Amino acid sequence: MTQLWSFPGGIHPAENKRQSTGRAIRKAGIPDRLILPLQQHIGAPAEPLVQPGDKVLKGQKLADVTSGMGVPVHASTSGTIIGIELLPVPHPSGMSDWCMVLEPDGDDAWCELSPVADYRKLHRDEVLNLIREAGISGMGGAGFPTSIKLRPPSDRKVSTLIINGAECEPYITADDMTMRERADQIHGGIKIMSWILRPERCVIAIEDNKPEAIEAMRKASEGTQAELVVVPTKYPSGGEKQLIQILTGMEVPSGGIPADIGVMCQNVGTAMAVYRAINRGEPLVSRITTVTGAGVDDPGNFETLIGTPARHLLSQAGFHPERISRLILGGPMMGYTLEDTSVPVIKTTNCLIAATEKELPTPPPEQPCIRCGMCAEVCPMELLPQQLFWHAKAQDFDRAEHLNLFDCIECGACSYVCPSSIPLVQYYRYAKGEIRTQRAEQIKADRARERFEARQARLEREQEETERRREERARAAAEAQKKKQAEAEKAVAKGDATDERSARAAMVQQALERKKARPAAAATPESATDKPDIEALEKQLNQAKGKLETMESMLDEARVAQADNVEKLERAVTKNLERVKRAEDALTDARKQLETEAGQ
Amino acid sequence: MWTGILIAVAVLLALAVVFGALLGFAAERFRVEGNPLVDQIDALLPQTQCGQCGFPGCRPYAESIANGDAINKCPPGGEATIKALADLLDVDPQPLDAEHGVEQARRVAVIREDECIGCTKCIQACPVDAILGAAKHMHTVIESECTGCDLCVEPCPVDCIDMITIEPDIRSWTWEPPRPSIIATDRQGASA
Amino acid sequence: MSLVQQSSPHAHGARPTSRVMLIVILATLPGLLVQTWFFGWGNLINVLWCVLLAVGTEAAILKLRRKPVAFFLRDNTAAVTGLLLGLSLPQFAPWWVSAVAVISAIVLAKQLYGGLGANPFNPAMVGYALVLVSFPVAMTTNWAGAVTLANAPGFGETLSTIFGGQAAAVDAWTMATPLDEYKHKIASHTATEVLQHPTFGAGVAKGWEWVNGAFLLGGLALVALRIITWHIPLSLLAALGLMSLAFGSNADQYAPLSLHLLAGGTMLGAFFIATDPVSAATSHQGKLIYGASIGVLIYTIRSWGNYPDAVAFSVLLMNFAVPFIDHYTPPRTYGHHKPRRGIPGKAG
Repeated sequence: MTQLWSFPGGIHPAENKRQSTGRAIRKAGIPDRLILPLQQHIGAPAEPLVQPGDKVLKGQKLADVTSGMGVPVHASTSGTIIGIELLPVPHPSGMSDWCMVLEPDGDDAWCELSPVADYRKLHRDEVLNLIREAGISGMGGAGFPTSIKLRPPSDRKVSTLIINGAECEPYITADDMTMRERADQIHGGIKIMSWILRPERCVIAIEDNKPEAIEAMRKASEGTQAELVVVPTKYPSGGEKQLIQILTGMEVPSGGIPADIGVMCQNVGTAMAVYRAINRGEPLVSRITTVTGAGVDDPGNFETLIGTPARHLLSQAGFHPERISRLILGGPMMGYTLEDTSVPVIKTTNCLIAATEKELPTPPPEQPCIRCGMCAEVCPMELLPQQLFWHAKAQDFDRAEHLNLFDCIECGACSYVCPSSIPLVQYYRYAKGEIRTQRAEQIKADRARERFEARQARLEREQEETERRREERARAAAEAQKKKQAEAEKAVAKGDATDERSARAAMVQQALERKKARPAAAATPESATDKPDIEALEKQLNQAKGKLETMESMLDEARVAQADNVEKLERAVTKNLERVKRAEDALTDARKQLETEAGQ
Repeated sequence: MWTGILIAVAVLLALAVVFGALLGFAAERFRVEGNPLVDQIDALLPQTQCGQCGFPGCRPYAESIANGDAINKCPPGGEATIKALADLLDVDPQPLDAEHGVEQARRVAVIREDECIGCTKCIQACPVDAILGAAKHMHTVIESECTGCDLCVEPCPVDCIDMITIEPDIRSWTWEPPRPSIIATDRQGASA
Repeated sequence: MSLVQQSSPHAHGARPTSRVMLIVILATLPGLLVQTWFFGWGNLINVLWCVLLAVGTEAAILKLRRKPVAFFLRDNTAAVTGLLLGLSLPQFAPWWVSAVAVISAIVLAKQLYGGLGANPFNPAMVGYALVLVSFPVAMTTNWAGAVTLANAPGFGETLSTIFGGQAAAVDAWTMATPLDEYKHKIASHTATEVLQHPTFGAGVAKGWEWVNGAFLLGGLALVALRIITWHIPLSLLAALGLMSLAFGSNADQYAPLSLHLLAGGTMLGAFFIATDPVSAATSHQGKLIYGASIGVLIYTIRSWGNYPDAVAFSVLLMNFAVPFIDHYTPPRTYGHHKPRRGIPGKAG
């Protein structure tokens, strides 16, 4: 018997899993339109490789990530790309993102697949690349690209591979049904992943509320190295960090990854996808999604093409839109509400709950926190939820962060038990978002400061340079002058005065003085008695005139040089002429108005 | 009786000396090296370098604040910056001084490139060197470096620079704080 | 189909505050019944009067503060404050003493600080301490001696004593509390002599041991129902016990352990008063420190201080220390080597 540990806190919400385990996994079929978001997971969005109008085959690569972390997107069925548009995607914001729209032709014809007969003959990196090319990202939660996860930092040895089949969230049964019906494929995937990682131990963890799945997996695991561990049902035992704690007694260091302590978690759905990608050559084009809730007549699990609109999937289960009050994507503890049934199923969509007001009622209004501490009792991360709440509410983000806000896994246990029905998780999400935004702004501000200071330094340097050059020139000129004077004196002494030269020098002197006087004259206020708006208008007019002059001179220059921007400059001059005229008009109008006012 | 008073005075004096020495030692031993005030203030300013405060850049304004200038002259920083400055300097936050402008969403300058004549005037105006280009060649704004100060708009002779407000998108989106729905309406009802 | 936009979790399994408070109220009932059985109608009348007054005062202040009255009254917290005062005041305390206690509890200790959840001090204990120092005579001479309900003054008689001010009518039934008696006599008498006094009866402290037993029962029910955790009551009782064992082995000098635990407000204090979540420490470690400190303070004040019972003062004193305790006793979060203490930017 494997030794099990426990994690602190946790809750036992009503499971509501029965509803959707009554029927075998069905096929959701091909909808009339598939919407494939270019970003379906953490990392960078993919860039399209096809054009609207292109005919594509099932499994064909439609978009790929060229720089940054990510995996490609494939066509879920054969058909025509009819557009790349901004459409609502599954996201808590309800906002839109770039999606590829695929109109199926109904043939569902695969592109040429290249299954690997024996992956052991390949290099591990080649297999990892195949997994990447198949577009596989974690299918349990955030959707981290699997190929990257399977390649831990070289200084980290994964000694324990955990296959997560806990599925602790209420309502969701996608992993349960997958394990019941496709245990062989899951084991195929586990074998491949074990081969890549070579762990000392491979553990399949399933909560004890899934006896059928445990039985099926036990049968399939006979004769393999994988050990099957039944863990007690407690939410959130399926959370990566909690499952690691249950199975190994170790904790993932804050801010670190499981590989830091030699552990890696993979979801059962991911294992199946890996098997299909290697042994059948099929990229990730479909997944098992639970459709449940009292808003559907026939709840169950569906093998759904990626990109299937929620509407289509719901209608397969006998959807009654009039009954439901909330449409949830994911589970009732961590999922988010959808505002629109047109959003597609993506690689991470494990569940759709069409909930009636009766089964998931709107919580009562928020009451003041009475510090009862229930939230701290159930927090699996041993945080102080109420303190975090106060700091988040008071926007005292420094303190919230100090109390390990970023270790919160947003499992929702605290909100679940809060007697004052405070939406705690939302406060934490808000605080986290604000902190991240502020941090990004701070980085930007620091860079701006750096650039500003660098520029100041550069300008100063240039100024000094000019100054120095000017001084040098002045010195040179003074010397020349002295020399000249000496010569002149000599000449005078010689009695050979050059009147012509001194006359010219005097003229230059005069010109310089004129030039000096001009800016001074311009700066003299024309009339201090004018009302301020007149002043502003005059300033505007002067500015416009100044700009016009610059433009005209530039135009002349350009004409002389026969430059290619003459046309542009002409346009600019016309524009500036108009502006001068406008300013003049405005000024005259204002003057007139002022005069009439004075007349009255 | 006199001895009693003397003893009391002596004891108190001795205590004062001992504790004074202790405090002095602690102040020396556990001294916290603080940033100079100007740096701390400068760190709170948004570094837009827009000059709306009337100073040529954020640092000069920070220096002026350190010398007692008002903290409410920075429109790009807005309420948040004023609050942070008030916290740092331990003064009351004031509303933004409207004379220097109003707080608005973050913006970025964009050059309409087919109209640009390559005059380099905007390049000279940009306080953070975020505009690329050479004389008689089309210019462009490095969006990630632009602080949205709009100092480049005025000098442009052909008015080809637009200040575009940055719209929140799915990647910059964050959760809103919860709204106290029913309590708020009840309160309004009660006060009406 | 109108879809609501809400943050997860979408499922809720909480007992709302109002229900939590209702359970607390129900858990005090055994104690109240036993009190009534041994000490007559006084406690029951006090409880009714205090609850009524507490709810009325709360409503009035909420109205003044322009807060939704019904919304906040429904949380039952004002009723609990009134109830706790009614349970702990002397049986024959005049109505105005209770009124001062209740009104100052609700107005001063609770609403002036911002209402539910914002009060740093336990409201009931603020009210109790206030009348205890303001009206020492009324608070020490109005305790009923333990007789059974049948022999106690009738309901009407008690009512007219409390509201009519005819203290003389029940003089025959008042008696010093066991803790009071022991404290004041032990200096000049031996333990055996002191225990002759009828207030002690045949057991530990006549009637009181049953009352404390009933509150212990109610308190254990609260622990079992997970309304409170075991940390504060256990550490409080353990600390009180240890103090008594350490310092009070000589019964001719100090009250024995049995008296400390079973006479006076010990159990009510340990399970119902010190556990008030709003004014107590937060983390488990903090709760242990908080509870133990109250226990130590109770023993200290009872043995070496001026007051025979000390639950109110001890709780209030430790309420002062709660922010400090909370500050230094955060739990160790998953994935961290040690708890993060102190405030951001400072080592701790």
